[in-house]
Amino acid sequence: MRLKLVPSESHWDFFKHTKVTLGASAIACLVSIVLFFTMGLNFGIDFKGGTTIRTDSEVAVDVGAYRDALTPLNLGDVTITEIFDPTQPELHASQIRIQAQEGAEAVSIDVLAQVKDALLAVDNTLTFPEVTSVGPKVSGELVQTAVLAVVAAIAAVLFYIWLRFEWQFSVGAVAALVHDVVLTIGVFSILQIKFDLAIIAALLTIVGYSLNDTVVVFDRVRENLRRYKTKPLREVLNLSINETLSRTVMTSVTTLLALIALFVLGGDVIRGFVFAMIWGVVVGTYSSVFVASAILLRLDVKRDWSKKDSEAGTQFANPDA
Amino acid sequence: MLQIAFWKRVVIWALCAVGLLFALPNAFYPRVESFNDAHKAIDAGVGTPADQEAAGLWPEFLPSGLVNLGLDLRGGAHLLAEVNLAEVYADRMDGMWPEVRDALRAGDVGPIREVKNDLGELHVRLQNPENMTRAMELVRELSRPVVTLTGVGQSDLEVTADGDLLKVALSEAEKLATDERTMGTSLEVVRRRVDAAGTREPTIQRQGEDRILIQVPGIGSAEELKTLIGSTAKLTFHPVVRRTSSDSERVNSRELLYPSLDEEGIFYVLEKTPVVTGEDLTTASPQFDQNGRPAVAFTFNASGGRKFGDYTAENIGSPFAIVLDEEVISAPTIQSHISGGSGIITGNFTVEETTQMAILLRAGALPAKMTFLEERTIGPELGQDSIDAGRIACIVAFVGVLVFMVLAYGTFGVFANIALIINVGLIFGLLSIFGATLTLPGIAGIVLTIGMAVDANVLVFERIREELKAKRGPVRAIELGYEKALSAIVDANITTLITATILFVMGSGPVKGFAITLGLGIITSVFTAIFVTRLIIVMWFERRRPKTIEV
Repeated sequence: MRLKLVPSESHWDFFKHTKVTLGASAIACLVSIVLFFTMGLNFGIDFKGGTTIRTDSEVAVDVGAYRDALTPLNLGDVTITEIFDPTQPELHASQIRIQAQEGAEAVSIDVLAQVKDALLAVDNTLTFPEVTSVGPKVSGELVQTAVLAVVAAIAAVLFYIWLRFEWQFSVGAVAALVHDVVLTIGVFSILQIKFDLAIIAALLTIVGYSLNDTVVVFDRVRENLRRYKTKPLREVLNLSINETLSRTVMTSVTTLLALIALFVLGGDVIRGFVFAMIWGVVVGTYSSVFVASAILLRLDVKRDWSKKDSEAGTQFANPDA
Repeated sequence: MLQIAFWKRVVIWALCAVGLLFALPNAFYPRVESFNDAHKAIDAGVGTPADQEAAGLWPEFLPSGLVNLGLDLRGGAHLLAEVNLAEVYADRMDGMWPEVRDALRAGDVGPIREVKNDLGELHVRLQNPENMTRAMELVRELSRPVVTLTGVGQSDLEVTADGDLLKVALSEAEKLATDERTMGTSLEVVRRRVDAAGTREPTIQRQGEDRILIQVPGIGSAEELKTLIGSTAKLTFHPVVRRTSSDSERVNSRELLYPSLDEEGIFYVLEKTPVVTGEDLTTASPQFDQNGRPAVAFTFNASGGRKFGDYTAENIGSPFAIVLDEEVISAPTIQSHISGGSGIITGNFTVEETTQMAILLRAGALPAKMTFLEERTIGPELGQDSIDAGRIACIVAFVGVLVFMVLAYGTFGVFANIALIINVGLIFGLLSIFGATLTLPGIAGIVLTIGMAVDANVLVFERIREELKAKRGPVRAIELGYEKALSAIVDANITTLITATILFVMGSGPVKGFAITLGLGIITSVFTAIFVTRLIIVMWFERRRPKTIEV
């Protein structure tokens, strides 16, 4: 007896409600963009400059007392958050973020010593297992490289798909990619999860994963387009998606299985990073069917592979598509 | 037919075996680590009996390369420093003034006066501007050719006139050469000071034009590291009393006994009071003497030059020692009175040696101020917590995927699982071979690979299922399954590999660590899916010859 996540024969119509699904995706993207500009991202010091100090204590964290201890130091914007980790109930950790100080490339030794002394006066069991300072010069460069990396990855992929498929596929794939990246940024805005350098790596992995999924579907579409030369595009797409559905679900489930293990047990340091990837896998799986393929259906595809003329290429296409 | 040539089978298994062999030391991490440390100590000639014992912990014939653990896993400090290169230009020009002044005075160009400026240039006001042409010529005579690969034949000084102002600046070629030297010196100084702390495998790398990345595992905090780098190494010049080969030679309270840096077993007895110290040294560079032999040229500032001149005038024929951090770098004999604050060290040197020595000499003090742009401290406990959490997460993810694959694909799932285990082994093997560094995001990359590695197998298995549904025989179904799934596997993995490559090239720190494991994971997972699983299936098939198969 085999475990079957989807029936071995499925004939679902994935394009019955393209208006609804594409509309929903478009609205979600729009909301994400609005959120990005209104709430903004909770940029980590990698991108904003400043200092973060992680504290560990034997007694419960008292955020208010920490804040009172640090206020007299006049460090500008100081954020103190307690770190919760359900798998480690005896953990009393917090993260303190101090804005980049005027004119300094990194926090000076004196400032750091003052902060530590002030905190130790509140709780003498405190230790500081992680201290990170990033100067404004480096953080500016990091933002630039990060944006460049995402754009370069998308461009490279666009080019590769175009090379291997038709341009319509390329547009569909990239629309799905942008959809995934935008939605991820939206989720990070809503939940105000710290957005740092590692999240950029997660974003790029999402790009890779989402594409992986899209390419597998497209590969089957290409094959079926050649096999069923007269079948309407919509049917070909539905057939291809149904044929690959079992694989799509299997791979997503195994990947999610691994990621959820990491999310629950991997410790709080990489939780944000893993969260981004889990979200990306879910959204990426959805988008390869409901965005990439739906757009491909709307754009239509050259069908007659023997002729170069694109006018002639659409002769068998479904006029309703 | 399902056939794989014998030689292909041998190659596939051999690759797996080699990969796993290289991954093996990581399973015995602490043991191999102490074995490696012991070996290093014995090779360096400072092995203790404990080291001898540790050297027996691991068989010699096995590979002993380990995956380096990143700072976030081991704990330690990370600093990104920027070297203020322009500062050196100003120092150089400042040091030129006595020389320029003497030359101009000797050339009778009338009264002159130095004009201070912030440009890192030397400005001299001439009271009689009509002598400008002559003055410029005189100063130009002081310039030397630049010695670099690209700047050959160019002079190191740029002399211009602006009214009654004579401007001397470093030429572009010389600035470039100076920048290279400054960075070389800074790196060397930092390396020496960090090495002195005796931590394992520090990373000291140049980044871009003017930056130095310093990562030291095991050090308490970034502040500690900054203090360490900020301390000055001591360079001194001492009169030599005698040479000896005994390290227990008795010396009086006015003398010192220091070992030689490169002659083993040789020691020098020196006068305790140095003639000059490194604080007085302004430059040192590899050069050639009159006979074309490699030598090191150095320059002192005014006060150092005077002291050194007086001493050499009185002690021609006797040796003096150049001492760096309590080791004698060299003990040349004074050939002549060295006036003007500059001299040349000759000896039986090769070009490499003089280059090295010039660096060491300059390494006495940091040539320019460093600004710290980024600093990170990770406590060892946090690193250990991350390793533990990562390990548990990996195991759970692994077991989860293994069970799931068997439930979904039965026997074929078991084959995929064998390939998956080999796959993770191969990732570690490759990481060890490349000496790559494993970071926390790197572990995430491996976990992600575990999830995605089955993808290629799933693609194939699903295809075989489809072919079986189309009433094909088992052999044909397996064959077609692999054939048809190939293009999807290749396209899907190349796109992911493209993103991994971009991450690797553009990313830094954590991102790079992630890109490495993800990229290697893609390569090994494609290899195991296309070759290993297939070979296992073929071997199983040959043995069982099933009439029907169920995937």
